[in-house]
Amino acid sequence: MKASILALGFACLANMAAADTPVLTVLTYDSFVAEWGPGPAVEKAFEADCGCDLKFVPAGDGAALLSRVQMEGAASEADVVLGIDTSLTAAAKATGLFAPHGQTWANNLPVPYADADFVPYDWGWFAMVYDKTKVTTVPKSFGELAASDLRIVIQDPRSSTPGLGLLLWVKAAYGDKAKDVWTALADNIVTVTPGWSEAYGLFTEGEADMVLSYTTSPAYHLIAEQDDSKAAALFDEGHYMQVEVAGKLAATDQPELADKFLAFIGSDAFQSTIATTNWMYPAVTPKDGLPEGFDRFRPAKSLLLPADEAAAVRDAALAEWQAALSK
Amino acid sequence: MRGVAGVASVAAPAVALCVVLLTLGTALVVGAGAGRFWPQPADWAALRFTLVQAALSSALSCLLAVPVARGLARRRFAGRGALISLMGAPFLLPVIVAVLGLLAVFGRGGVVNDALALLGLPRLSIYGMHGVVLAHVFLNLPLATRMLLMGWQAIPAERFRLAASLGMPAPALFRHLEWPMLRAVLPGAAVVIFAICLASFAVALTLGGGPGATTVELAIYQALRFDYDPARAAALALIQFALGAGAVALGWAVLAAPAFGAGLGRRIDLLPPKGWRRVVDGLAISLAAGFLLLPLGAVVLRGLGGLGDLPAGLGMAVMRSVGVALASTAVTMAAALVLALAVARRAKGARAFDAVAVLPLAVSGLVLGTGLFLTLRPWVRAEDVALPVTVMVNALLSLPYAYRLLLPEARVLHADYDRLAASLGLSGVARLRWVTLPRLARPLGFGAGVAAALSMGDLGVITLFAGESGATLPLYVHRLMGAYRMEAAAGAALVLVAASFALFALFDGMGRRAAP
Repeated sequence: MKASILALGFACLANMAAADTPVLTVLTYDSFVAEWGPGPAVEKAFEADCGCDLKFVPAGDGAALLSRVQMEGAASEADVVLGIDTSLTAAAKATGLFAPHGQTWANNLPVPYADADFVPYDWGWFAMVYDKTKVTTVPKSFGELAASDLRIVIQDPRSSTPGLGLLLWVKAAYGDKAKDVWTALADNIVTVTPGWSEAYGLFTEGEADMVLSYTTSPAYHLIAEQDDSKAAALFDEGHYMQVEVAGKLAATDQPELADKFLAFIGSDAFQSTIATTNWMYPAVTPKDGLPEGFDRFRPAKSLLLPADEAAAVRDAALAEWQAALSK
Repeated sequence: MRGVAGVASVAAPAVALCVVLLTLGTALVVGAGAGRFWPQPADWAALRFTLVQAALSSALSCLLAVPVARGLARRRFAGRGALISLMGAPFLLPVIVAVLGLLAVFGRGGVVNDALALLGLPRLSIYGMHGVVLAHVFLNLPLATRMLLMGWQAIPAERFRLAASLGMPAPALFRHLEWPMLRAVLPGAAVVIFAICLASFAVALTLGGGPGATTVELAIYQALRFDYDPARAAALALIQFALGAGAVALGWAVLAAPAFGAGLGRRIDLLPPKGWRRVVDGLAISLAAGFLLLPLGAVVLRGLGGLGDLPAGLGMAVMRSVGVALASTAVTMAAALVLALAVARRAKGARAFDAVAVLPLAVSGLVLGTGLFLTLRPWVRAEDVALPVTVMVNALLSLPYAYRLLLPEARVLHADYDRLAASLGLSGVARLRWVTLPRLARPLGFGAGVAAALSMGDLGVITLFAGESGATLPLYVHRLMGAYRMEAAAGAALVLVAASFALFALFDGMGRRAAP
C-alpha cells in the first residue's frame, strides 16, 4: 500500500514536469512495443515533428486489448487503440467507445477495406506453414490436408486471435459444410494451444508437420535467419485475412494529436517499419517496396468476412468446432 | 512482553483479512454489478475435466513421492544434496518451458519415441489426458517429495534409534513411525497439488490434444478476454474457489497431527535396511531423477544455443524480476510464519486461518489481476504500480506453499517447546530469535526458496499492468517467443531458470545450514 502511495506521488510529479508537452497515449498489444517490434521506430518517427510525447501502453495480446478498453471505459487515459483485428472490430464498435477517424488516405489491401471507426495499419493471410525438408507432398486445400496423414497444430479460437481466424477461414470457405471439414481434420490435429507462441514453438520442436501461422512467416526465417527451409501451403479455397486496425477513443483529451497519429499511420515513415518488425504486410505498400523474399507466398484468392458477419457467425462456428474436435 | 504478544494476536487476523480481500474480494469486484449467471453445459464439461485431471495428478504425484522421499531420507550417497536441490527445479520452470522440455523427452521426436522406434515399436503420443497428468506429475512430484522428505526428517532420530534397539522389524517401524508421519503430511501435499492443478491452463490445453481438454481457467480466460463477460468470469472463479475450499475440507477430515514428542533435534542417522529394500530405494531414486532431470537437461541444451542471441533489454528484465522476487519473498515468509504459528498454537480462529492460507491456490490469476486493475484503476495508472502489484500478487500466490511447508514443523515446535519456553520465561522477540527461527530454519529456507522462484517465473498479473519498459523476465521470454525468436526465447528461459534456481538454492542452503 505504501508503495502504491509512493508511486502515486511520483506519477503526479512526473505529470507536472511534463505538463507543457502534450502526451498521446496509444494502447497496443505487447509485441508491438518490444525493443525489436515496430514501437521504438514508430515512436521516434512520430515524435520528430508532433511536438508531443508518444507513449505506448502495452496490454497483453490483441484480445486483451479490447477487454482492457472495456474495463477502462470512458475513463481511459488512452487516446488511440492500435492492434484490434477484424474479427473483434464489431465487438469494439458495439462498446460505443470509439469515434469516427475521418481519415482519407487509401490502403492497398487485396480486398476493399473501409470502416468509419478503424483504419488498417497492417494485414496478413493465415496459412499452414511447414518445413520444406520434411513435408514433400504439400496439400492444396483443407480437403487434401484432411485426407493426408500430416500432423498440424492450431490455436484455440477461445483464447487466440489466429485460432479465431482459422475458425472464420473454414466458415468463410465452406459455410454450412464447415462442420464436416473440422470432423475430417480432427485426426490431423495434434493439439490445440492457447496462443500462437506455443503452437509455433511446438512446430519448431518438430512436434507437428504444419502450424497455423501467416504466409509471411517463412519470410521471417529467410530474412532474419537466412533460413530458406520454411514455406506456406497455398490453398485453392483462398486464404482468410487478418487485418489489424487502429481507432480513436471518443473520450480522448488529445483529439487533434490522435487524428495526427491516425494520419501518420498511413505515411511511409510508419508503413516502411512494419514488414520486418511485425512481419505483416503494410496496409500501404512502402515507397521502396517490400523486402526481398517477403512476398513469396501469394494466395490467388483472399477471404474476409465483413466485421458484423464475423461476429454473427462466431458463436455457432465455435460450437461446431468444439463438437467436431471433442469426439 | 505483553506488547509483543498483542502484536502476534493481531497479526494473524490482519494477514488473513488481506488474503481474503485479495482473493475473494477481487472476484467480487469483477462480478459486481453484473447480471446473474448460470454455468452452461460446456462449463460443466470443463469442470469435470478439471476435477478429474487435478485428482489424478495429485494422487499420482503423492503416491510416487513416497518411495522416492523414503529412499532419499534413509540413503546416503555422493551428490545426494545436489540431487535433492536439482530435483526441485521442474517446479520452478515457467510452464511453456517445462512443456517444451518434456516434449524433448516424451514428444514425437523425443528420446523415448526414438528409442521405441529403434526397437521397432510404434511411437506413443503424449497428447491427451495422460499427457496432462504426466506434465502435472513432472511439475509437482518434486514438491510432494520435498514435503515428505521434510516429514521424514522431522521424526526425531531418537525414535528410530529406539526402534532399532528394540529390533523392530520394517513393517512395525512403518506402522509406528512412518505411517503416522505420512498421515500428517500426505493430505496436506495432496490438497496443495490438487489446488495447483485446478488452476492449470496452458499445460492442460497444450498437452490435452483438443478442446475436450478444457479447464475452468480457460473458460475464465475466454469470458474475460474475448466476450468481456465479467459476471461469467467471476462466477467461474468462485466455482474454482469452492473446489479448492472443498479439497481443503477433505484434507482436514483425514489429517492427523503427529505426536512423536520432542527429540534432541538430531538428524536421522540410522542404519538403512539392506537387501532388496536397498534395490527398491535405488530404483525409486534413479527413476525419479531420470524422469525429472532429462527434460531439465533438454531445457538447458536448447537454452545454451540461444545464449549468443540475447537482446540488450534482458539485463534490466533480470534485475526487475530479481527485485520483485526478493520483495515478494519477504512478504510471503512473514505472512506464512504469522499464520503457521497462530494455527500451531491453536489461536482463536486457527481453522479459518488454515483455510485462508490455502485459498490463493485456487485463485484464478486472471480474475485476481482484473479485480486489482478495476480497484486501482480510478486512483493510479496501471503502469505506475506494476511492480508493487506484482510483488503483492506473487507474495499472495506463493503463500500457500510457504505456509504448508512451515505448518507441520511449527506444530511440532509448539508441541515440543511451548512449555519449555514458557517455563524459561522466553517470549516475544527472544523466543523468536532463540527458539522459533532456528527450529524452523529448514522449512523457512526451503519455503523462501520456493517463494522466490515462483515469483521469478510468474507471468499472471504483470501483463495487465506492465508499461512500455516494465517487462519482467517471464514476460520478456513470452515477447521473444511471440516474435518468432524461439532460440533467443530458449536462451532467455535458461537465464530465467538459472536465476530462479540460484535464488532457490541460496535460500534453501541458508535454511539447511542454519538448521540445528
